[in-house]
Amino acid sequence: MAMVQPRSTKYRVLASHLGMLGFIVIILFPLLMVISISFRSGNFASGSLLPENPSLEHWYLALGIPYTGEDGTVTQPPFPVLLWLWNSIKIAVVSAVLILALSTTSAYAFARMRFAGKGFVLKSMLIFQMFPPVLSLVALYALFDKIGNHVSWLGLNTHGAVIVASLGGMALHIWTIKGYFDSIDRSLEEAAIVDGATTWQAFRYILLPLSVPILVVVFILAFIMTIMEYPMASVLLVDTDKLTLAVGAQQYLYEQNYLWGDFAAAAVLSGLPITLIFLYCQKWIVGGLTAGGVKG
Amino acid sequence: MTRKILKWGALAALVGMALYLILALYAQQEFVFAMLFLVLTASAVFVFVNKKLYAHRYIFPAVAGMGLFVIFPLMYTVGIGFTNYSASNLLSFERVQENLLDRTYQSDSVRYSYELYETGAGYVLYLEGDHQDLVSAPLVLDGADSSAPVLPASEKPAGEPLAIRDIIQLRSELSQLELLTEDGRELSMASLRAFAAIRDQFMLHDNGSITDNQTDTTYFPDHDTGFYRSADGQTLSPGWTVNIGWDNYLKVVSDPSIRGPFFEIFVWTLSFAVATVVFTLALGLLLANLLQWDQIRGKGFYRTMLILPYAVPAFISILVFKGLFNQNFGEINLVLEGLFGMRPDWFSDPALARTMILIVNTWLGYPYMMLLTMGLLQAIPRDLYEASAMDGAGPVNNLFNVTLPLIIKPLMPLLIASFAFNFNNFVLIALLTGGAPDIIGASTPAGTTDLLVSYTYRIAFQDSGQNFGLAAAIATAIFLVVGALSLINLKLSKVKV
Repeated sequence: MAMVQPRSTKYRVLASHLGMLGFIVIILFPLLMVISISFRSGNFASGSLLPENPSLEHWYLALGIPYTGEDGTVTQPPFPVLLWLWNSIKIAVVSAVLILALSTTSAYAFARMRFAGKGFVLKSMLIFQMFPPVLSLVALYALFDKIGNHVSWLGLNTHGAVIVASLGGMALHIWTIKGYFDSIDRSLEEAAIVDGATTWQAFRYILLPLSVPILVVVFILAFIMTIMEYPMASVLLVDTDKLTLAVGAQQYLYEQNYLWGDFAAAAVLSGLPITLIFLYCQKWIVGGLTAGGVKG
Repeated sequence: MTRKILKWGALAALVGMALYLILALYAQQEFVFAMLFLVLTASAVFVFVNKKLYAHRYIFPAVAGMGLFVIFPLMYTVGIGFTNYSASNLLSFERVQENLLDRTYQSDSVRYSYELYETGAGYVLYLEGDHQDLVSAPLVLDGADSSAPVLPASEKPAGEPLAIRDIIQLRSELSQLELLTEDGRELSMASLRAFAAIRDQFMLHDNGSITDNQTDTTYFPDHDTGFYRSADGQTLSPGWTVNIGWDNYLKVVSDPSIRGPFFEIFVWTLSFAVATVVFTLALGLLLANLLQWDQIRGKGFYRTMLILPYAVPAFISILVFKGLFNQNFGEINLVLEGLFGMRPDWFSDPALARTMILIVNTWLGYPYMMLLTMGLLQAIPRDLYEASAMDGAGPVNNLFNVTLPLIIKPLMPLLIASFAFNFNNFVLIALLTGGAPDIIGASTPAGTTDLLVSYTYRIAFQDSGQNFGLAAAIATAIFLVVGALSLINLKLSKVKV
């Protein structure tokens, strides 16, 4: 506790509270507005933050249920939001599992073994991590086009391509896991190896069980990053039924077909779970992000 | 033992699959891609067979993944930057030649008018020509590609020919039909009333030139521009991909319709990235300072509320802003009109569009800076502030003389990373404005809010010309910037391996 307090402290505390509350109101305005809009009827309605005539039509449509209006007209859901959400989750889970498996084993080698070119590979990974995949999209497109001619589940317009392409972003996760492995005392593993365990057994039965927390964090990080990936999915996926949420969601807001209300419900529906996961895990995620400087 | 068999079996199966892919690519003359997979497979086998490289087995999948999806595309992109690869020059020379030699045209000189008769066994075609008449066997017209022989005939089949409206109904089936004469000519439908001979459009000469049989023009392959070109400068489409050296780079510097937009976008990209870092850092640091203050209660609540913009997926919040800023239906303009009676045109005025982008990006980015600086502020010893308070320093003095000097060093690499991220913040631009409003007088799609990344994306994927070569050249320039930034970062952050 600070011993020296200027006399004006009380007012400054009050001003800080008011300032932050005011700021939070401004910051939350867009989010609250979207929730409110999702309950308004029609796509062009305006009104106050609390809708006067709440309607569930956008929510019906977002959940894929045709909505019957009061005058008997039936509106069909404009886009398969739940299917997009499912596509996103499917792609994100598979690629997070793959990323976790591959980056854990590499991180183990980087943390525990000595081999030629270790420092070089680690540093180049850090450098290449900063190159955005948007810039090599032409090459990635050509790559998957060529592979797809022979291996159909890896071609353009397949989820396989998006999953495999996400493996390029493993360097960050390798660094995160390696940092954690470095902080674990290696004497246990060494003792096991002296007792006749193989390197793989030492890794599998001693180090891995000790590292569950960081593995969970990396899994969630990889999951969220794949869900939010936009540029590669937007080029690789074409059919409406195959799109991920990140690519599909923008179709609500085309000039010619402006479905503001339907978008709001779909956005809340799909954004809420991801937001909650993020808030729940934020303490661990922030540590990981600080190491790599990704988003923001 | 069984484990060993399994291991070798799996390896053999993988190698077999890889070899199939390599051979298939090689057969299609995709040498670069065949080479890529050959190198990949060879190094995989080498690493997994060699006992000495045990440690490398662990890192191989990750390194291969980066090689395949980061480093190879990067080098391939740099390579494309030196070619004229685009929608008009998409194929290889061999494929273009094949494509042109496959073309046919219908001769005007050999034409037959025809009549169609319906018989019990199918339709019979009777062709009347200048020299001879031809007749077909009864045909089943089911729309499938089919060829049928026709024989010389002297008299028409019995019965009435079908009226023209019945022929119109059968038009698509008839147009699939190919008739073969005894002397080896092919006839196909030329119009509703006539069949004509099909001829090869081009004839290949030994010196590589080709002649158009229809117009009798000769075209020579021009390997500098990647087109077949005639003596009077006519070119044939499609062209093929050729190496054009530094032309794409020269175009960026010399062509005014590219140079102007390019430099405007470059300046905007730089100012956008700098402004974003400054704004988010200022706001984040201010909030972090407030949250660090012992006198403030309810820190948990504030913290959670303040990082909400970071927790919401960016692709959703960006689209939310797109809707809120909409000129006619957007809630922001409703509020502004209610308060000040104005309706700013956020998406068609360049200055307003850029302001909007900075507002949105500050909203998206300040929580990250806040979280970073909160961690760093905690490491500053409290007695420093005690001492400065004794000397009568206020909050501003504290900030500039105590806090900033202490955190700037560990913060620098993170600021550079944030700069590099925003320099390439494609998702924000693509989802919010799509680059709009457009720059007037640009020959490629270019917008006043485009960043260099979204500019290259639009040249490559949204323009009808799909000028991949030019896009790759600009991407290469961005690679250099990013590469320099990440090297500086590596030095500054003193990475220990």
